[in-house]
Amino acid sequence: MSETLTRFALRAWVALVLLFLFIPIVVIFLYAFNSSKIEAWPIEGFSMRWINVTLSDAEVVSAIRLSVEVALVTTLLALILGSCAAFAIHRTTFFGRDAINFLLVLPLALPGIITGVALHAFFDYSGILLSVATIVVGHTTFCIVVVYNNVLARLRRTQGSLIEAAMDLGANGFQTFKDITLPLLSTAIIAGAMLAFALSFDEIIVTTFTAGAQNTLPIWIFAQIRNGQRLPEVNVVVSLVILVTIIPVLIAARLTGGGGASRVPAAK
Amino acid sequence: MTVEVARRPRRKGGGAVAIRSLFWRLPWLRTTVLLAPPLAWFVVIYIASLVLLLITAFWAIDPFTTKMIQAWNLDNFRQILNEPTYLRIIGRTVFMAALVTVTDAAIAFPFAYYMARIASRRVQTILFAAVLLPLWASYLARVWAWILILNHSGVLNWSLQAFGAPPANVAYTDVAVWIVFSYIWLPFMIIPTYAALERVPESLVEAASDLGARRWRTLRDIVLPLALPGVVAGSIFTFSLTLGDYITPVLIGGGTSFIGNVVYSNIGIANNVPFAAALAMVPIGIMAIYLIGAKRLGAFEAL
Repeated sequence: MSETLTRFALRAWVALVLLFLFIPIVVIFLYAFNSSKIEAWPIEGFSMRWINVTLSDAEVVSAIRLSVEVALVTTLLALILGSCAAFAIHRTTFFGRDAINFLLVLPLALPGIITGVALHAFFDYSGILLSVATIVVGHTTFCIVVVYNNVLARLRRTQGSLIEAAMDLGANGFQTFKDITLPLLSTAIIAGAMLAFALSFDEIIVTTFTAGAQNTLPIWIFAQIRNGQRLPEVNVVVSLVILVTIIPVLIAARLTGGGGASRVPAAK
Repeated sequence: MTVEVARRPRRKGGGAVAIRSLFWRLPWLRTTVLLAPPLAWFVVIYIASLVLLLITAFWAIDPFTTKMIQAWNLDNFRQILNEPTYLRIIGRTVFMAALVTVTDAAIAFPFAYYMARIASRRVQTILFAAVLLPLWASYLARVWAWILILNHSGVLNWSLQAFGAPPANVAYTDVAVWIVFSYIWLPFMIIPTYAALERVPESLVEAASDLGARRWRTLRDIVLPLALPGVVAGSIFTFSLTLGDYITPVLIGGGTSFIGNVVYSNIGIANNVPFAAALAMVPIGIMAIYLIGAKRLGAFEAL
């Protein structure tokens, strides 16, 4: 095959894959504005009808509120624990360092159902009733790693000489941290927080096993699709979830130059 | 730690400086203090849960109260291994995970190759963003999108009709499950493959062609072996995530069970945690073997 033909074929392939990736997402947004009650293609007409219905559905609103609350608390916990781990691992070599790396990635690499069932068994055995708190515990466990990855990557790229210079010039530990270390890390920390929020907001499997009677937004969506109820509202809610998960990720990608938001650990 | 600090003569600046200098002199202390909270979280909650999961797999439940009882036995495992239904479910799940992995690798490789080795810097950035978006866009939203596309009066059948083709009844079959899994995990395969392809040194490719290797020969003997760890790294995710998923089969499958479905119904409906735990050991075992194999192929260096 000649070179130009290969290039052409590759280009066509890339175009097809992009269509494959994006058609479903476009379809969802179109259906959110569907005026009909039925999910049939082509869409009969566009209206704000279902958007209004959905936003005044008390069940949806309370599910949104719960999901936001859980994601916020999870993000805060993941920020503290993930940053601690990154600072500890950075610039120290000790026995078991790789093991800790592996341990932190594990909840994201193992099927969610394992983490979910394990936590369920743990709470069941310890007599802890499933509640909002147990959902947060589950979410935090797999969100720590995204903060950790981002902060660690930035720490590795930060020059130690800047910190040494600050201290040589008479800054104390706190001043150095506040004026040098933190500003250097801030975008990585924000990126980590954005990703943790998005990851938590959309999570369903671990949530299913760690929630009691609480309905987070993904649990509400799953139940509606499964029972075939309020599907026009599902269209709207699902579009909303896409926006809420994608916007923080775009911000994170901007702040870290793309690499930080790869979710899959792609580069060391 | 406070005792240590108190014993030292106090200098100007008070406790903060003392702690700081103590950390400076004893770096392991700083590491320990920082590492304690996240490590405690993981050990007390996550590791404890996983260990408990392993233990409960050997317990049973009281058939009347559905309370867990600590009666050590192998019945759960015996039931899984002796009943053909469970073996079929395990086989079907592993087959699906393998099929999805191969499909994603086949779709991802040419895409990642173009991204890493042909596209300009600008196009590369755009394509990377184009992969990130669906990677993060809500999981449930993407499953729902495929229900809209594949259902009887959906986008697919309308398009087929436009070309004069007969409608395809794909929704609520295992084929739909295969399509949706392949779609959802595809970005997980593209990113590490792209990263690995980008790291293939240009000099090696040039050397190969200087020595007379044709394009395909270079691809087969130079690029492919060097990119393999990236593909394997991606496959860890596509394989593992398919292995434990029950959402997609429940929502768009044809009612056939996968490991995840059985685990889910044993927790949600039957409340038989020990049996669910024993069944959850199957994907853990398979993933352990898979990870050992992946390590041999150098996938962890690619991670």
